[in-house]
Amino acid sequence: MSIETRPVTVNLGPQHPSTHGVFRMRVTFDGEEIVDVEPVFGYLHRGSEKLAEERTYSQIVTLTDRMDYVSSMLNNQAYILAVEKLCNIVPSPRGVWLRMIASELQRIASHFVATGFLLQDLGALGTPLIYCMRERENILDLFEMLCGARITNSYLRPGGVFMDAPEVFWPALDRSLGDIEKSIDEIEEYLSGNEIIFSRTKGTAVLSSESLVNASITGPMLRASGVDWDLRHRNPYDYYSDITFKRILHTASDNYARYWVRVQEMRESLKIISQCIKNIEPGPVRPSFDDVPRLVRPEPGDSYAAIEGSKGELGFYLVSDGGISPYRMHVRAPSLINLTLLREMLVGELFGDLFVIFGSVDLNMGEVDR
Amino acid sequence: MIGKGIPKGFIITLKNFFRTPVTVQYPDRKVSLFEYAKIHKKNIFKLFFSQPMLSIKISLGLISVPSSVEQSQRFRGNEFTFFEERCTVCASCAKYCPLGIIEIVSVPGGFDAQEGESYKLEVFDIDIGRCMFCGLCVEACPYDALHMGTKFEKSTYVRDNLIITKEKLAESEKSPSSFYRPQFEKKKFDPFKDNIDDHYKAGRHEKPEYKDLKKKWVDDR
Ligand code: SF4
Ligand code: SF4
Repeated sequence: MSIETRPVTVNLGPQHPSTHGVFRMRVTFDGEEIVDVEPVFGYLHRGSEKLAEERTYSQIVTLTDRMDYVSSMLNNQAYILAVEKLCNIVPSPRGVWLRMIASELQRIASHFVATGFLLQDLGALGTPLIYCMRERENILDLFEMLCGARITNSYLRPGGVFMDAPEVFWPALDRSLGDIEKSIDEIEEYLSGNEIIFSRTKGTAVLSSESLVNASITGPMLRASGVDWDLRHRNPYDYYSDITFKRILHTASDNYARYWVRVQEMRESLKIISQCIKNIEPGPVRPSFDDVPRLVRPEPGDSYAAIEGSKGELGFYLVSDGGISPYRMHVRAPSLINLTLLREMLVGELFGDLFVIFGSVDLNMGEVDR
Repeated sequence: MIGKGIPKGFIITLKNFFRTPVTVQYPDRKVSLFEYAKIHKKNIFKLFFSQPMLSIKISLGLISVPSSVEQSQRFRGNEFTFFEERCTVCASCAKYCPLGIIEIVSVPGGFDAQEGESYKLEVFDIDIGRCMFCGLCVEACPYDALHMGTKFEKSTYVRDNLIITKEKLAESEKSPSSFYRPQFEKKKFDPFKDNIDDHYKAGRHEKPEYKDLKKKWVDDR
């Protein structure tokens, strides 16, 4: 008599604590090994792109906050750049420096979340996640000083930001930069040399740089495979051309490389922020209402602006028909596009690594479904 | 497999074990006897001898005092501050709200000392059950009549109570946040300690002197 084994299909999610939101995977296992994955998403669809069609250009900023809710400032920035391109708005220098500071802070916060949750998925229950969240909390405090909200910021406006930073912000920013630097050191010291992390993440879910480029994957995932593609350097928006920073590259293209790239990028963001603080000069933070009214009415046409978001190339495509609200808005959401190689990453790996691999993509369901 | 990395990690968690906690207890927190005396401005020995039972209870951790989270001045809370005297019923706020949740009804028949006839505000409802506290309405108000509030403890059991009307706005405590109101920051107004009772103080300009007004409206004409 022989014992028959056959593959089992399991539904993971949508209500699963490790799926970073509401994401469902139909995974087929052969014993411990994954043979097939079918991602199912759309559970968090709110129709933001459709809602944008009946709101004015200044009101849509509030919708962009809610797409990738761990990096709202970056979403704001991408959207505002698209509007500025569409309406030919010349932004105020101080506003641009302020929004660069805000978006780099947001990038650090987002990478902290990504790192913390990756370690949580690895089984380091609680502790590293809490350390990362603690640092993120400092950054959110800074945002509260800037714009009065912690997550749904809506800080940016066409042409700059809505209000200058308060006096208490600058000393607090200086203090936080030191704190963040220290805590990145701490994370590196206790994680980057940790043998358990090495054995779990090194050599898992290796992707070739060709397949990454073919699937148009961007962000830390691409840079972890050695492709030097950073929009801040390739296609500088705002004042990134005046700023020097190192592009972080790794060649292994495995889970560890992705984690390492994120941690090193936080350091570079700190350097960018200190350069911004050096360069910032007094002046108005947004153009006067005579130049940029609250109700902008662009000429018919379209525009696409992309920034290097925390997860990859975040782009907004706007089509105007000459009215007060866009005819169509489309978001190039990096989280969604980075998911396209999920099957290639997972097939052949073990069940225990499933959520580690999933976490190393660093996706946000709010952005995947929009 | 086990090498240097894991003990290193334990040393860091041990270090963190002894650092002061960053968690803020809300809405109550336990106090020590020393802190309790400090809050109530009493001598710790006097407190102990006058109220021994209370002191023992405090030491056992049975007494808690209300505690609050530190907020920034620009905090966008869910209690709006509204000065009806400043409002001209222009309805910019209602137009600018992305969700369209501000309801304004105006009737002719108001009277303004300088301008003569004006509109009167009859209904001013904000449905904060659907509000997302983006602050765009405050940004749109050209006369500094509507401000974001700094309070946030406004939960109720009934949804209808979440519609804040003109009357509720008039009664509520006026501690506006300085979101989009740089004049409050310039004046060093602290919404967590002070109130603004006089609607003249909420504007971005000083209250004009009588002689300036007379010069502008009478002599120069
Ligand atoms: S805060 Fe935003 S959502 Fe709320 S009433 Fe004002 S404009 Fe509308
Ligand atoms: S925008 Fe200001 S002045 Fe105009 S109706 Fe609203 S609260 Fe009143």
